Amino acid sequence: MIEVSNLTKTYGKARGIEDLTFSVERGEILGFLGPNGAGKTTTMRIITGYLTANSGTVKVAGYDVFEDPMEARRRIGYLPENPPLYREMTVKAYLHFVCELKGIPKSRRAACTAEAVEAAGLAPVYGRVIQNISRGFKQRVGIAQALLGDPDVLILDEPTVGLDPRQIIEIRELVRSLGGRHTVVLSSHILPEVSMVCGRVVIINNGRLAAIDTPEGLSRRLRGSRCFMVRIRGPHEEVPPKVSELAGVRSISVEKVDFQDGKPEVLLSVETEVSLDVREALFFKMAELGWPILEMRPVDLSLEDVFLKLTTEEKLEDVVEVAASA
Amino acid sequence: MLKTWSIFKREVASYFLSPIAYVMGAVFLLLSGYFFSIILLATHSASMQGVFGNMAVTFIFVAPVLTMRLIAEERKLGTDELLMTAPVSITSIVVGKYLASVFTYLVFLAVTLFYPAILMFYGSPDMGPIFSGYLGMFLFGAACLAAGTFASALTENQMVAGIVGFGVLLLFWILGWVSAAVTGPVGDAISLLSILKHFDDFQKGIIDLSHTLFYVSFIFVFLFLAVRVIDSRRWSA
Repeated sequence: MIEVSNLTKTYGKARGIEDLTFSVERGEILGFLGPNGAGKTTTMRIITGYLTANSGTVKVAGYDVFEDPMEARRRIGYLPENPPLYREMTVKAYLHFVCELKGIPKSRRAACTAEAVEAAGLAPVYGRVIQNISRGFKQRVGIAQALLGDPDVLILDEPTVGLDPRQIIEIRELVRSLGGRHTVVLSSHILPEVSMVCGRVVIINNGRLAAIDTPEGLSRRLRGSRCFMVRIRGPHEEVPPKVSELAGVRSISVEKVDFQDGKPEVLLSVETEVSLDVREALFFKMAELGWPILEMRPVDLSLEDVFLKLTTEEKLEDVVEVAASA
Repeated sequence: MLKTWSIFKREVASYFLSPIAYVMGAVFLLLSGYFFSIILLATHSASMQGVFGNMAVTFIFVAPVLTMRLIAEERKLGTDELLMTAPVSITSIVVGKYLASVFTYLVFLAVTLFYPAILMFYGSPDMGPIFSGYLGMFLFGAACLAAGTFASALTENQMVAGIVGFGVLLLFWILGWVSAAVTGPVGDAISLLSILKHFDDFQKGIIDLSHTLFYVSFIFVFLFLAVRVIDSRRWSA
């Protein structure tokens, strides 16, 4: 549905985005992840035609956004980072205006508007002036605006930023419900959000593609092993070697040793082979030794870690580069 | 075309929902009314010749304020992202917005029709120069608004847009004075660019095609520049 190839955009000497290539399938929800200033907004603006790239192409539904901008734009609904609202208008008048801008024929306007209002849950504020409604509703008006005319592609730039937690959950639900029918590209710098909502994630950093995968795939790719935490009541020196003896354990690290009610406790982080579950063996071994397991929980390397890892490594490289050139 | 109409409608509504149209209208009409009364009292003649000239000069100050918001505010508020990513050409956007400012100006002018009505009630004015004067006022004002629209496309700061617009108009006004200092063909050529010089004949009752063409080209050039400025921004920022 969306094909981005070798996209490069520079601002004067500063690099905006560099050689970005990815594609989005029909009906997919793609997350666009990166720290602030990574080039998410720039990329989205190029896809929507607000900006022009220095080189590379973007095709939306087969239409090149540079060569055939009007056809491409007809198929895109766009929610910029700041919802583009005219504060003095009522929600109703505003949506009507956007219908006209999008060239939705008069006969379909009422139906289209009703659909978007329904999807975005705008009914309670439909007749009100935009400047008087809450931030969450403003965001919804922005989303409704993007939905008008039932575009194939939705580009949502940080749709949940600045909302309260309840509103964030509502908007996420809304976005998730849009997948399938629409192809959605959603940007965010909040990781749980992306892993919750999106089927695939593009991570960009410093304008470059850092990774592209499913949320699970990303964390699996970095891990290559399984990891869990275990808290055992037993002598500080004796517990760790006994645990590392078990078959399948790759490595352990002692996270914490302390005393609870005068009894010694050890908190271990255990990394194991993916193919082998050592938790059962661990249980019997500890039972045999008479050291009770107080707590055991799997640690999934979260997308947050992936993200941190990807971006901090990149940063380190930069530091090294700078150091080398200096 | 249809989209130009949509943008025009929204913009007109925005003009009359904000205080700007009322404030500028009040200023313009107050000064026009003052000129009309003073000139009428001084000359005792049922003519609007001097009034038009003064109204035109007044409008040089009013026009940039009317147009400074047009495009600058869209950028400031981020609503330009809606317009620029909708299937609408930049020309439609600029023309729609520009026509809204012209419409607002026409509303002001319509109110001044009181003056000829008063003249007709108490005297028998020569309607020819009044008609051509209004045509000239329309063309002149429309030209000022085009320059203001261009200025508004340059920046996202309304204040800057207003000042630049005023500067441009001032420049095109005082170009007319150059002919006094610079004689010969150069001076003549420069003074040909003066926006007020072309207005004189309209006041006197002469509708000259060359003057009309001047204003039309002036409008065309500035709107074209505004479109180019907006389009070029896609490449830079």
